Amino acid sequence: MTAAAPVLAVRNLTTEFRVDDAWIPVVKGISFEIGPRETVAIVGESGSGKSVTALSIMGLLPAANSRVAGEILLAGRDLLKLPEEQMRKVRGNQISMIFQEPMTSLNPVLTLGFQIAEALIYHRSLGRAQAEAETVRILQRVRIPSAASRLNEYPHRLSGGMRQRVMIAMALACKPKLLIADEPTTALDVTIQAEILELIKLLQDEEGMSVAFITHDMGVVAEIADRTIVMQNGNAVEQAPTARLFASPREAYTRALLAAVPRLGSMKDRPDPQRFAIIDPITGEPEVVPETTSTAALTERPLLEVANLVTRFDIRAGVLGGVKARVHAVEDVSFSLHAGETLALVGESGCGKSTTGRSILRLVEPESGTILFEGRDVRALDRAGLRAARRRMQMIFQDPFASLNPRKTVGGAIAEPVIVHGFLSRSEARDRVSELLRKVGLSPGMASRFPHEFSGGQRQRLCIARALALEPRLLVADEAVSALDVSIKAQVINLMMDLQAEMGLAYLLISHDIAVVERASHRVAVMYLGEIVEIGPRAAVIGNPQHPYTKRLMAAVPVPEASRRTIRRGLSTTEVPSSVRETSYVPVPRLYREVGPGHIVQAFDG
Amino acid sequence: MTAFVVRRLAFACVTLVAVLSLVFVLVRIVPGDPAQLILGDQASREAIDALRHRLGLDLPIGEQYAVFLAGALRGDWGVSMVTGQPVIGEVLRVLPWTIELTVLSLILGIVIGVPGGVYAAIHRNRVTDYAVRIASLLGLSFPPFVAAIILLLVFAIALPWFPVISARSGSLAAWYQSITLPAVSLGLISAAYVTRVTRSAMLEVLSEDYVRTARAKGVPWNAVIWRHALRNALIPIITVVGLYLGILIGNSVLTEIVFSRPGLGKLLIGALNQRDYPMLQGMMVIYTLIVVLVNLLTDLAYGFVDPRVKLK
Amino acid sequence: MNASSADPRATPTPLAYFAAATLKAFNTNKTSWIGLAIFLIVIALAVFAPLLSPFDPTDQNILDKLRPPSAEHWLGTDSFGRDTLSRVLYGARISLVIGTVSTLAAMLIGSGIGMLAGWHGGRLDVVTMQAMDVLLAFPSLILGLILVAMLGPSMLNIIIAIALTSIPPFARIARAPTIAIKEREFVMAGRALGYSDARIVAGHILPNILPEILVMASLWLANAIRTEASLAFVGLGVKPPIATWGGMIREGFENILDSYTLALVPSIVILVVIFALNLLGDGLRDAIDPKLKGEG
Repeated sequence: MTAAAPVLAVRNLTTEFRVDDAWIPVVKGISFEIGPRETVAIVGESGSGKSVTALSIMGLLPAANSRVAGEILLAGRDLLKLPEEQMRKVRGNQISMIFQEPMTSLNPVLTLGFQIAEALIYHRSLGRAQAEAETVRILQRVRIPSAASRLNEYPHRLSGGMRQRVMIAMALACKPKLLIADEPTTALDVTIQAEILELIKLLQDEEGMSVAFITHDMGVVAEIADRTIVMQNGNAVEQAPTARLFASPREAYTRALLAAVPRLGSMKDRPDPQRFAIIDPITGEPEVVPETTSTAALTERPLLEVANLVTRFDIRAGVLGGVKARVHAVEDVSFSLHAGETLALVGESGCGKSTTGRSILRLVEPESGTILFEGRDVRALDRAGLRAARRRMQMIFQDPFASLNPRKTVGGAIAEPVIVHGFLSRSEARDRVSELLRKVGLSPGMASRFPHEFSGGQRQRLCIARALALEPRLLVADEAVSALDVSIKAQVINLMMDLQAEMGLAYLLISHDIAVVERASHRVAVMYLGEIVEIGPRAAVIGNPQHPYTKRLMAAVPVPEASRRTIRRGLSTTEVPSSVRETSYVPVPRLYREVGPGHIVQAFDG
Repeated sequence: MTAFVVRRLAFACVTLVAVLSLVFVLVRIVPGDPAQLILGDQASREAIDALRHRLGLDLPIGEQYAVFLAGALRGDWGVSMVTGQPVIGEVLRVLPWTIELTVLSLILGIVIGVPGGVYAAIHRNRVTDYAVRIASLLGLSFPPFVAAIILLLVFAIALPWFPVISARSGSLAAWYQSITLPAVSLGLISAAYVTRVTRSAMLEVLSEDYVRTARAKGVPWNAVIWRHALRNALIPIITVVGLYLGILIGNSVLTEIVFSRPGLGKLLIGALNQRDYPMLQGMMVIYTLIVVLVNLLTDLAYGFVDPRVKLK
Repeated sequence: MNASSADPRATPTPLAYFAAATLKAFNTNKTSWIGLAIFLIVIALAVFAPLLSPFDPTDQNILDKLRPPSAEHWLGTDSFGRDTLSRVLYGARISLVIGTVSTLAAMLIGSGIGMLAGWHGGRLDVVTMQAMDVLLAFPSLILGLILVAMLGPSMLNIIIAIALTSIPPFARIARAPTIAIKEREFVMAGRALGYSDARIVAGHILPNILPEILVMASLWLANAIRTEASLAFVGLGVKPPIATWGGMIREGFENILDSYTLALVPSIVILVVIFALNLLGDGLRDAIDPKLKGEG
């Protein structure tokens, strides 16, 4: 907290959008300040208005359909009263903004050097040569290797993390007083995210600027923010120094939000998965959590046994479509899964976890290996056998908006599997649909509606209902909760755990969110470049990681504890490598060591 | 870069051979004996056989194909049934007229269409946008011969500003006189197409993230439109213009008829009406060559505009 | 754990939902109503041509040739003394029949090819699409001219020629969204649930790409009518004395110094019909693609 004049003072900001001739308020009269050298986090779920707030400050909303009222004072000047030409001189100059999607935020047909130099040319009237020299300096400041050679490169050659660094470079070129960062790390892998957060913290120190950081991730908030503003439905629900907010949140919504956030390390003393202790966001009352015992049927024969699974994809090019290279998506993966047990596959993008899930269901054809499900080799099944086997193992996908046919009623979508496999008649199917809807916490009357009438969390419940229609024993959840809001995520995980207790389901939980995995899994397998580098009981792998990659991964996860704010990880510029190999590549056979009961680690050097 | 060009050229050759083969088959699908169709019902058996021999139709089909292909690639496209002159000579004589008309129309279309489309996209959903959209829709609704006839009626007959028959005769003024109406009639229709595709490409690009980034950087609106947005919009615009050239060439046939201009169109119609098979074959060859060339140019244009393509 | 429902307006039946959606599509860009209205009027005129036309369209009267509009002949007469108005009405029948049948055929065949190519992918897709691309690049009018000239100008042959040249665009228009939807999770969910390929393509993919195909059909109907007129103008249309708009314009062109109306009237009629169809298709296309509308 500073007594000096704030860099940005927002008073009674109200932003409305025009929808079909009516003005709908999206930001409802919020007020806050950002002091010099201060990092303020604006946190909220989807629809909270946090991004719209940022765009209102920058004046980037479409003029035809929006109006902004209130005061936005930048060093005493009200930005809302400025004519567009004046405001343009403020953007990129005194206030800069970086966005969420690095892959699409850079212009593909202009060189990197030019895109960064542009800000200098327009705001500082530098000549081309001067601007380029300064650009090289800026690229070095954001720790991009071989900065000088990057000037004439195009964005498509860079990875997501690198592009985000370029975005930051562009934003800082004119040394702005305030940097607004709108979910800049949400689309990045967790190790890359850690690097970018580190970079932002460092640059803030070096440049002496303020940062407004918009995010939905409480862990990131804890690590980076001096003060935090919680938004819900366009209102600023609570504002406080971060430490105080985490230690003693006042509002019910804040308490509900914090309760729904899993903390890595909080499950240290509990070997079994645990439901989230959800707090009602309106009343602030905690839910009653029933006692849970372990659901894993460890004494029986494993439901699923995977041995030496290999899946590769051909990359074709050229006129005749010859194979040029291969993606070694899954290399020599082995694990087993019992009924009632949850095994999590974790890793970053490209590690092969999704492909493993799809290979098991043969949605993608593996190249070699055995997959024994209920004792039978899935790979050896013919079409009819596969169809029958698919009744017992099902999948839930990441994108709730793409997982349901927009042209089919949800009741129809849930009933379809049962009708296709010929189990029940139409009327019996209708009863079954009602039963399933109730089971996932929705009302049977919703069966005649279409997917677009439901929210993301509800759609995911519908997908679960559809997957359960055939009474499967194994459910593969491929990033099933990654696209959901924090509180909805917790509810859906709780639902899945309830269903596991009730029906003895086995889950293969594929996720990049390690904190969620910690709460919901019995065992964890860490994947890197298509291979399992570590596998074992959850407490062992997460609490006592042995493989260097696992250690790096665990260290990179942001933890929502205020005391973590001063942690510095040190900068590095690692990239997540790709698993594309030449056609002649022969993989090296790996050795594995058992370091504890059921805890297996891939041998590594050093 | 050279690898790219070489690869595209190789692909172009393959396409050329493929289409030439298609041409060969097409000309021989005709139900009935071509020789008989040419000579009519009254012709005697000997005359028909003699003609068949002259046309090489009595050879086995494989040999016919080989002769045709070799001839086509060598530049020997046979001899016209009607005039007795080598087909290739006839074609080359009129080709410049068609090229002149087509290129001029395309230029006109681009010069009017691209700024028009950009303008409409910037003023989206305002009056100017609606006006441009309706005008362009009307423009491309014109059958090309209708546009030509209306222009002819107004500017050559009602107001005698231009000649009714457009054939250049030497001076610049005469050239202008003879090319203007045909080029305008085709050019306005082309402008309609280009306007539409430019507008939709610009709208698409203007909603992309990188345009938002440019604005957030404080880039002036003009630079955002012309440097950041249009350059990306050119990619789909080039695609559509490349496809449109096929339509334009077809349309030029009709325009040439209405304005009595020499060109491939008139040659084609004559050959069709008189069943001049060698000429028809030759015409298809030339059209194929043009198409292949257009494809090649389009691909090169991509390479020029889109840095992601250059390196492949 | 009761999740609150999102929308109090419960939809009655799927049929009502689709009817509402269609209405909304038309209302997105109001000009599509105008296009539809004009087109329906033209259909009505064509259907009721025998009742509406004052004369027999083939009734020659050499003494009355090339007359300007008069009380007796509202739109004048042609070079054989036939009543222009009657010929325009009957010409509508030819254009509409040829246009509709050829477009329908191209739609069914072309979309089928495109969907199959998109669904199967791999070599089939690559080869099919390269063939389609080659055909697409070739000037379709010239291809059509040659086909009709080879096969002989009858109504059936003209329909075949126009349909053949319209198949590649439909194949393209069907293929792209098929590939996009193929990768979407609800299709993968269908495969995981054991649905057959046929069920997925027909029941899941087709309903989602149908709007685009239908919009394309209305735009290509305009194109088919224009092509038919072009064929007739060049002399390769349905044989006289049957009235065709293109043939009438040709006649008018040959006699342009003597009679303006003969060339102008059918020209304007064709222009209006094509424009109406374009308004219709374009307006509907706005409904499907929100980015073009200005939301994005």
